[in-house]
Amino acid sequence: MELYWYLIIAVVLAIFFVLDGYDFGVGIIHLFFAKKESDKEVIAKAAGLFWDSNEVWLVAGGGMLFMAFPTLYSSAFSGFYLPLIIVLWLIVFRAIGLEFRGQFNYNIWTTIWDKAFGVSSLLLALFFGVALGNVVRGVNLGGVENGISVYEKQYFFLPLWNSSFSPLSEHPGVLDWFTIIIGLISVVTLAIHGATWIILKTNASINNQLKSVTFKLNVALLILTIFSLVVWEIVKPNSLNNFIDKPYLIGFPIIYFVGLFGLFFIKRLKKDIYAFTFSTLVILGGITSSLASLFPVVLPSTNTINEPLTIYNTATSEYGLSVALGWGIIGLILLFGYFIVQKRILTGKIDHMDYGNH
Amino acid sequence: MNDMLFYDRLQFAFTITFHYIFPQLTMGLSLLIVYFKWKFLKTDIEKYNNAAKFFMKIFAVNFTMGVVTGIPMEFQFGTNWAKFSELTGGIIGQTLAMEGMFSFFLESSFLALFIFGEKLMGQKLHFLTGFLVFLGSWLSGWFILATNSWMQHPVGYEILENGKFVLHNFSALFSNTWLIPAYLHNQAASLVTSSFVVASIGAFYILRNKNVAYGKLFLKTGIIFGLISSLFVAFPTGDWNAKNVATHQPASFAAMEGIFKTEQGGAEIVLIGQPNMVEKKLDNKIAVPNILSFLTYKDWNKQIKGMDKFKKEDSPDNIPALYYAYHIMVGLGTIFIAVMVLSVFFLWREKIFTFKPLLWIIMFLVPFPYIANLTGWYVAELGRQPYLVYGLLRTSIGMSPTVSSGNTLFTLLGFVGLYMLLGLLFLVLIGKTIHEGPTPKKL
Repeated sequence: MELYWYLIIAVVLAIFFVLDGYDFGVGIIHLFFAKKESDKEVIAKAAGLFWDSNEVWLVAGGGMLFMAFPTLYSSAFSGFYLPLIIVLWLIVFRAIGLEFRGQFNYNIWTTIWDKAFGVSSLLLALFFGVALGNVVRGVNLGGVENGISVYEKQYFFLPLWNSSFSPLSEHPGVLDWFTIIIGLISVVTLAIHGATWIILKTNASINNQLKSVTFKLNVALLILTIFSLVVWEIVKPNSLNNFIDKPYLIGFPIIYFVGLFGLFFIKRLKKDIYAFTFSTLVILGGITSSLASLFPVVLPSTNTINEPLTIYNTATSEYGLSVALGWGIIGLILLFGYFIVQKRILTGKIDHMDYGNH
Repeated sequence: MNDMLFYDRLQFAFTITFHYIFPQLTMGLSLLIVYFKWKFLKTDIEKYNNAAKFFMKIFAVNFTMGVVTGIPMEFQFGTNWAKFSELTGGIIGQTLAMEGMFSFFLESSFLALFIFGEKLMGQKLHFLTGFLVFLGSWLSGWFILATNSWMQHPVGYEILENGKFVLHNFSALFSNTWLIPAYLHNQAASLVTSSFVVASIGAFYILRNKNVAYGKLFLKTGIIFGLISSLFVAFPTGDWNAKNVATHQPASFAAMEGIFKTEQGGAEIVLIGQPNMVEKKLDNKIAVPNILSFLTYKDWNKQIKGMDKFKKEDSPDNIPALYYAYHIMVGLGTIFIAVMVLSVFFLWREKIFTFKPLLWIIMFLVPFPYIANLTGWYVAELGRQPYLVYGLLRTSIGMSPTVSSGNTLFTLLGFVGLYMLLGLLFLVLIGKTIHEGPTPKKL
């Protein structure tokens, strides 16, 4: 039962990262590549039309995590207190930027909110990568100091950084050189994902330029990926054991690399949807591979005194999980239903879609 | 109260107060939008359709605000109330996750379709999307109230040896005796806010002599819905909730009614007075004898326990705040009924559109239903103290064990700053929408 919920939550959060991921990516592209006024407007719209229905996947995933794995939810959310609240602020700030940029039609107004939207998108992409890096690296569960737990064994608190910026220190911070590398991978991946979304959904004048940008970013992504795999082995020795023990898990990294190599052909792909599919595969593969390398652990411990948090020692009662599975499946079917209806009706390029506020 | 508990509570109170400005409008407004759209389908008069679309624009701005301020609410259960989440997540996680899955999705998906898809779908489907937005927002209220009702009056749980609450009976969460009255009261109060907003915009247009046809429609609709909902908030739902509190949380009941001493015979109802916590009495009191006993128990002489009968550590920890919140809510509710009865009377005599003093009153009354709704929630939340789960889990135990008060103060200040900006922009945007008016622009 724990496993079912683990899979459901993983799927919902992966969908969130694919959907809101292009939103963030659009923000990054907007920040660096949109120069003409008409492009700025249509690119902001490529994110603005859907951001709230994309973010509901985060709410759904968070709610399910709370219900199914309350110990994990409370441990991780209180332990990552500062970065999470900063993420919340960025989400609010980004939404303000998106919703307000089009309200008044003079340039300093739109410039301010464009920057707000772009910068907060960039930082969110970075933070989500950093978060993944933290989960992979693990935390000092129980706040162990000199061999003694300061807190209950499932709790911890992470500062934003410590003086060494090293993932190998006894008290790692949120930002260290390892998590920042993962953060950069996230930024590059989401920028690519945003670019393929813009190419798919708009007629922006920079679409051709974005194809070469994607190509270059993809080269960077490949280099960063290889580099990260090396440091991964330093930070977490034996992290690939799961893939050796359970060879079918290798499917997940394969998804990642299929997406990555597919994107190298972006200029020759016949349909724009293929490029977007490849960048989606990169995100799905990246997240699932990271989770699979840990499974069944969900939050590793950096000390040897307190055991890591797993899906088994953080789940709620069997009865709760099974009754929730009933409504959860109905709910998921509905979610996919709405999602398909919405995308079917609001299909095609969005350049001339009425924003509703005008 | 130590610093940490104080900042945690203040941050939650601040963020939830700000958040609840928006859903209380959207829940009621969605019903009025469905009404306007339905009138359009029935009569084919374009005015009703434009009214529905105009209010959906206002709805959308409020919904956006609700989303961005709502995500922090869900997160804060984990960030600031980790121990509470750990111990009770198996139960309240159910209803909160259902809210996300069943209502939030419905609302956001179909809101986008309502706004962008009218021409693509045809009128009947467009009505349906509006109805689904309404359904989503009311379901959302249902699950949130189910969560809160469990905290007020826990049912269907089992406590394990390690102190964790686990679910024992799923359906009990929804057949909780606390839930139905609380939900109806809350939804009716939400309809009060939105009716007053609609009526207020109507009065504004009439007074400004602009969009007058719409002004009349809004005013008329607003005061009719306003009267029905104001009455329904007081009776039967408000009465029903008060009886629930008297039965299940008698210490809170004594505090909110301002009864310091248990009197022989029937209890008086306090209209005005300031709690004096030193001398344990009300200053400047105006009260009517025996009414409270009658209202609560249908018996003029039934004794009602005062605060002296309850141990301090089991009673609400901020009695003046609870007392004031309750009296502000009830006082405003009474004023709303009076104004709406008067308005409907003038509407019936066909004089309301020219009777300027009343139009001015209706226009300026708009902040007060918001205050009444928020103080109503303060009554519920302050009344539940000193518990998170009434009688079972104390608020002081629920905090995150590893987050320091300095960090909470830092994030509280950040939220205050960010929400000030958000509130300012919200007002600008709503002002702009009202200024542009419901008449579609000629293309």
